[in-house]
Amino acid sequence: MRADAEAALQRDLVTPEGVALRLKLADGGSRVSAFVIDLLIMLGLLIALTLLVGMALLAVGSRDNVEFIAVVWLLGFFLLRNGYFILMELGPRGATFGKRIMGLRVCARGGERLTADAVIARNLIREIEVYLPLTFLLVQAGTDNVTGLLALLGLGWTVMLLAFPLLNRDRLRIGDLLAGTWVIAAPRRTLLEDLSRAHVATPPFTDRQLAIYGVFELQALERLLRAEDPDGLAVAAAAIRNKIGSYGRIPRENDRLFLDTYYTALRKRLEQDLLFGKRKADKHAVG
Amino acid sequence: MTAPVAHPLRVAHEADWQRLESILTIAERRGARRLSDDDLLALPILYRTALSALSVARETSLDAELIAYLEVLCARAYLFVYGVRSSPVKRIASFFRRDWPAAVRSLWRELLAATLFLLLGIAAGALLVMADSEWYAMLVPTEMSSGRDFSATPASLAETLDASGESEGLAVFSTFLFTHNSQMAITCFALGFAFGIPTLLLLVYNGSMLGAMAVLFASKGLGLQFMGWILIHGTTELLAIAVAGAAGLRIGLAVLFPGEQDRVTSVKAAGRTASRAMIGVVLMLFLAGLLEGVARQTIGHVGWRYGIGLGVLLLWTVYFGWAGREAEGREREGRDQHAR
Repeated sequence: MRADAEAALQRDLVTPEGVALRLKLADGGSRVSAFVIDLLIMLGLLIALTLLVGMALLAVGSRDNVEFIAVVWLLGFFLLRNGYFILMELGPRGATFGKRIMGLRVCARGGERLTADAVIARNLIREIEVYLPLTFLLVQAGTDNVTGLLALLGLGWTVMLLAFPLLNRDRLRIGDLLAGTWVIAAPRRTLLEDLSRAHVATPPFTDRQLAIYGVFELQALERLLRAEDPDGLAVAAAAIRNKIGSYGRIPRENDRLFLDTYYTALRKRLEQDLLFGKRKADKHAVG
Repeated sequence: MTAPVAHPLRVAHEADWQRLESILTIAERRGARRLSDDDLLALPILYRTALSALSVARETSLDAELIAYLEVLCARAYLFVYGVRSSPVKRIASFFRRDWPAAVRSLWRELLAATLFLLLGIAAGALLVMADSEWYAMLVPTEMSSGRDFSATPASLAETLDASGESEGLAVFSTFLFTHNSQMAITCFALGFAFGIPTLLLLVYNGSMLGAMAVLFASKGLGLQFMGWILIHGTTELLAIAVAGAAGLRIGLAVLFPGEQDRVTSVKAAGRTASRAMIGVVLMLFLAGLLEGVARQTIGHVGWRYGIGLGVLLLWTVYFGWAGREAEGREREGRDQHAR
């Protein structure tokens, strides 16, 4: 089930060089978290701006300056509301602070260059997705004459727009749909060391013992070895020993050494098969 | 434990990958400008090396870690190499010289329709109020009319049209007008997504407010003055709102009638043109705010008001009609030759 959900978010993006890159779309949860973080940052900036303006107002008493400060606040608020997302996403990271924290970024669907137009389009649409219903609800809450039907319509509109990304395959906001963009997970990772070990250059296993498993089992074993969980290793070692028959040259209690050796030998064998065009997907595959 | 035996691919190229990683980290954090010339030249080559290593690794290696690492590294490099390209100064220059007028020009059908609906609104508002002055209160909200209604005397109405002469508060006023109108225009654009219908309604409504007020002032013998009061900034502001409406309509039409493309592609192309036109709209509204907040409050002469309003309209027409045509033509020619 989990693997299914993950596969549903995988997308192949063919680069101009003709290689299909496997991208993972951002899931709904991290999108929402990123947006909430951004809202908090914007709110913080707005409070800072207001405080600054207020302090300046106290510092200088004269009327001309009051006017100037009011202009600064109005323009600051306008720029913040419309410019924060656009400027951040135009940067080389293609992400706001919230998206950076959640490890997301914006990119163009279908592999072309992300243009400034697209970034602007996807963010101006936020006006109807978030700000308009928000303002609407606030105004409605402020006045007493909320008619039931109007409130219901407003709520319906908001819910429809908020749920929109969950209702399509590519997790697109309306802004994304319009701008031709999507939001992907952009993790960073360092390369861990290879698990093949030098001392088993000539595998101490027979062909029959190595022919049991396929790529799926090999990579499951790799995950297990990297996780370094002693209980898991013991279970796996017992299962493999059981399957391949008795094998005595490695002491029984040294599970790690046994699994390392078996992993190295199995990978070597399967990689050799790959060179001859044979990919044995898993233990059920023939060949 | 003995040393790991890496895949030959990894032995040959790991240093390159690490260099690519460090270049990307600098570039993402501080921008491509901060890269040394060597790094900048190496980046596309390293990217292609990593990409081909990924292809090879997928076919020959079963080390899931290696493949996953290359997958992430290549995506990162790809997104940087093919990311947003903007030398700000150049982009701004080409935006004004070519992109913006070209975007507005390509919206001419929608612009015509939006203007038509605006005029329709004006006519409807005027006719309704002429038929029954009760309509006025329904069309113009009280906070907008602020005393300008049928119970007002001609003298007090004339006063509202005067230049107040005082410079106090003008900057705040024009800033407020600008931010408010821009938000309205952005909404007008964004609502285009719902098949353009809310956009049209908003255009008609804005027009009807204007029509209603025009009838009010005309009924007190102030029609000419009112027109001057509106025109001085109104030509810019209404044009901006019409462009925003046109941009919204383009998107609505792309949703409704995608033509030979599939719907998503059609909407994408429309969104691109429309958003380009929209940046300009915000700038136009800034100008309109200045004209309304400053010029109108200081210039009281009706003739001057007409002159400025119509002069600015003429400038917009010439600019949108002809700016950047040559460059556009050259580009098209170049493309044709290339195609041949």
